[in-house]
Parts: sequence; C-alpha cells; structure tokens
Amino acid sequence: METTELERIASQVRRDIVRMVADVNSGHPGGSLGCADFLTLLYFDVMKINTSNFTMDGIGEDLFFLSNGHISPVWYSVLARSGYFPIADLATFRKLSSKLQGHPSTDKKLPGVRVASGSLGQGLSVGIGAAVVKKMNKDASFVYTLHGDGELQEGQIWEAAMYAAANKVDNIIATIDYNGRQIDGDVEDVLSLGNLAEKWKAFGWIVFEMDGHNMIDMKNVLLKAQSSCGEGKPIVIIMKTEMGQGVDFMVGSHKWHGVAPNPEQLESALAQLEETLGDY
Amino acid sequence: MVEFEIFGNKDTRSGFGEGLAELGRTNENVVALCADLTGSLKMDTFLKENPERFFQVGIAEANMMGMAAGMTIGGKIPYTGTFANFSTGRVYDQIRQSIAYSQKNVKICASHAGLTLGEDGATHQILEDIGMMKMLPNMTVIVPCDFNQTKQATIAISKHVGPVYLRFGRPVMPIFVKPDAEFVIGKADVLTEGTDVTIIACGHLVWKSIEAAKILTEKGISVELINMHTIKPLDEEAILKSVRKTKCVVTAEEHMANGGLGDSVAQVLSKNFPAPQEYVAVDDSFGESGTPMELMTKYHIDTQDVVDAALKTIGRKG
Repeated sequence: METTELERIASQVRRDIVRMVADVNSGHPGGSLGCADFLTLLYFDVMKINTSNFTMDGIGEDLFFLSNGHISPVWYSVLARSGYFPIADLATFRKLSSKLQGHPSTDKKLPGVRVASGSLGQGLSVGIGAAVVKKMNKDASFVYTLHGDGELQEGQIWEAAMYAAANKVDNIIATIDYNGRQIDGDVEDVLSLGNLAEKWKAFGWIVFEMDGHNMIDMKNVLLKAQSSCGEGKPIVIIMKTEMGQGVDFMVGSHKWHGVAPNPEQLESALAQLEETLGDY
Repeated sequence: MVEFEIFGNKDTRSGFGEGLAELGRTNENVVALCADLTGSLKMDTFLKENPERFFQVGIAEANMMGMAAGMTIGGKIPYTGTFANFSTGRVYDQIRQSIAYSQKNVKICASHAGLTLGEDGATHQILEDIGMMKMLPNMTVIVPCDFNQTKQATIAISKHVGPVYLRFGRPVMPIFVKPDAEFVIGKADVLTEGTDVTIIACGHLVWKSIEAAKILTEKGISVELINMHTIKPLDEEAILKSVRKTKCVVTAEEHMANGGLGDSVAQVLSKNFPAPQEYVAVDDSFGESGTPMELMTKYHIDTQDVVDAALKTIGRKG
C-alpha cells in the first residue's frame, strides 16, 4: 500500500483513539497514539491475515499479540478499520457489556483478539508458544508481538527471551514501543533498561531498530526482519516512538499515558488530525 | 462395609506419568512442557517416546504457563508439569489472565502437592492451591485419589475443552480404584453406602478415610464415603443426596481448611441443607520438614482425625 494511504489511515486511527478515550473519560491515549503508525502498517500492509473470517487458530495466517494491552484503543481501531468487526463498535469501548473491554480479552469473542492482555509481561511467552506450534504445524507464517518499553521491567519477558533464543524460535518478530515513558515518568528514571539493544543481543536475539513514525523506514525494517526469520534466532525490533504522537499537547509526555482529554482538549486534538475515512 | 481390592502401592505422580505416556501414543495434539522436573513429574516416558512434543522450559514457570496458553492457538493440548507450588502460587497471574480468563485449553498438572511432599518443608508444601484454582472462573479442579485414578483423570482431561488443574502427589499409597474404572469429571464416586455419617474426601485423604471407615464400622457406625475427585465443578447432587440421609458430614483433604474442598461442601450445604460439618484439613498453618506420614499425623489429617471428626459431627446431630 502507498505510504500516503497508510498515513491517511493512521490519521483516522488517531482520531478514533482520542474520541474513544474522551467518550468514556478513561483509557490510554499516549501509547496508543505512539503505536498508530506501526499497527496501521502491520495490519494494512505487512501481515498476511484474513480479517473477514477470524479464527482462533489462525492457521496459515500471521498472528499478532498485543502484550501491552492498555493501548487497546489503537488496536481496536486498527482491527475495526481493517475489517475484523464493525467500525460502529468502537463507540462501545469500555462500556458495560461491550466486546471492547478496557484491556483486550477473548471472553466476549472480539474478532482479532487471541489472548487477554493487560497484566504486563505475558504476551511474549504466548507469542513464543504460538510460534512453536506454527513450526510444528509446518505453517510458514509469522508471529508478531508488541510490548511497551516499561513492560520490559517484568521478569517474565526475560524468561521468554531466554527460551526463544535457546530453542531457535526464529519465526517470531517482537517489537518494543521504545517511547521512554511509563506511568510514573521517564523509563530512565523509574527503572533504567540500560543498553536495550545490547541486552537483547546478549540474550541471543537479532536486533533491529526503526523509526515508529516513518512508514518507509518501518516497512524496510519489517521486510528485513521477515527475511531474517529462519536463521535460528528470534527477532526483536526496537521501535523509537513518541508517546502521544500526533497531538501537540500530548506528545512526548508520560502525563497522557492513562488520562483522557476533556471536551475542549478533544476538540483541539481533533483539529490536528484529519478525518480521512469518516469517524465512527 | 465394602472391602476394597488393593492393586498394589504406587504414587499418584506415577499415575500421571503413565497417563501422559498413553496420551503421547494416542493423541498427537498432546504436548508437554516441564520446568526442570521431568523425573519428579514422571514425564520421562512421554519425553522418550515423543521428544518433538516435549518442551523443556527450564526454571521459568511464568514463561511455561504463557507458552502453554500460546500453544493452544494452532490446536495443541498442552500439559504443564511442575510442583503444585510452582504450578499455582508462583504463576497465579499468568494462569488467571493468559489461561483462565482467556479460556485456553491448558492442563496444569501439579505434583508434590500438600504436606506429603515431606522433607523439603513448607517452602514447597503448598496447601492453598485448591482454593486459588477453584476461585478462577472457567477452571476445572481435579484431585484424584490414587495411582489408577490419576492415570484415568490425566487421560480424561484431554477430552475436556478448557483449562484444568490436576493435583497429585509424591507418597506411595495403596491403589484401590479399579484399573478399568471410567473417570467422569464432576461425578463423585460413592465408595461405601451408609446412614450415620457422610465422609467426603479427596486425594490422599480418600485412603485415610477408607481406613477410618473401617474403624468406624467396627464401632457400629454406618459410613457413607464419597471420593470427591472433582472439586470444581462440584457434584452437588451427590453431596445433598448423601447428607439428606446421614444428616452430618466430615470433609477430609490435604489442604488448608480455608478455601478447600470442605468450604465448597459447606457452601452447598448452607444454601440447601444445613447440617453439622467437621473439617479434616490443615488449620491455618504452614507445614515443615518430616516424613509424609509424620506430617499427616502432626497436622491432623490422618486416619484417627477422620474417625474423631466423624464421631464429633455425629454427636452434633439434633
């Protein structure tokens, strides 16, 4: 897909995000806005998926697991916009009896979601399990996971990292949303990750880095990552993003991690984001 | 009093190992994961016969639970194996979110449960696991009583779609369930019929209760003994049918009184047919090092404790 078209979709996704969280005065706009470009590219251009007929097993399809489940608004928007469920359902986000729970879940059968997430650190293990089974099933498609950088403070991530390298799980592409922010402040101040690329390398992973707001760079890196699959090592992409990207008063601050804009702020945000595909 | 045929003496974990080995031969979708306790869990035969379906995850139980959840995506039936403590308390949140809430078809197989793990002491003797697991929506909780039943349950849960917690242990105990018995999840086994007192037991306490029933019978007491191998879903009908007849009950388990089988039974009775109940269970205490049988005596989950509880609950009948 053309870069300009992907950017148009991402703009609409950002409108969806701020409208969804403002509507219920809750949710996580910061990380959602930061990952809007990546998830748009992944779902509209990179992944081999069947959005009209969702199956839990996803045989022959690429799989995606959102480990940092709090950025559900961006995922829900991209899932709806790519055809997994009606766009109108976005209006039910975080409301009673909705399939669009605050954090993603499977129990209300939302198409596109294969495991619950929200309690951090669990999605890499799940992705590795699914990747191992793809190999057993001789299914050549890929498994993608997305993690927050703050999430890497969870120990389970490193248990999983060790397993995947030791067992040559080389059909998984994990991406880290490296925005440097978490709820209490900068990751560097809360609990520094040290040299993140070197950490992953030391754990035996192939490491790529990319600009999470540059569609062309991301596409190139994702293609390189795909072609590195099968080389006996798991793959991680450290994706530099800005929390709150696209909205001038949110960008680059941890303060919008989990706070919704008020009506005036929403208006200001929407004025900066072109309505390209029609609001839900 | 029914006499039980004894089919030898073995540990329940070996029943798991045999059941898993049989599944390895009969169900190609069964995969096994183990956190560095292959021998202790008796998973060696499955490993030897199906190395491509066995996943050694190392001492990393959280990752094991997450991987097991992921392996259901694509059609596998993962069996995880480690000690009960590391199968539950250590990984409660992973089980809660990635398995139970996500309705994943994972079989959590937990050995060395309770005090009868013995000499390793309280760090490893989990007595809260039944409570933690039964509180999770979607979770089935099974505590088989002997080698044969553990083997049968191991095989039976492969046909149940959904998360299961299967709890078994280390000590060698008499085998009294018939080798060809059918294991039905959620259907209690009435071992002896009687009219004076109902004893509802699970796991190793079923054998202790058989011994207690013999003593009680010699005292002229008519005992109805129920093997409640499935804690959840609980066979409420079997409980009510029996207690309506006997008017009193003893529950017996190798678990904390708080949150175990006894509390599940009490809930059914209090809502439907309030009756005197005595608990044979551990009373809000950690365990300690000792031989399995010494520990059962010291912590009052032994044969004599079942006898005493039966006499006491009978005495409380109006």
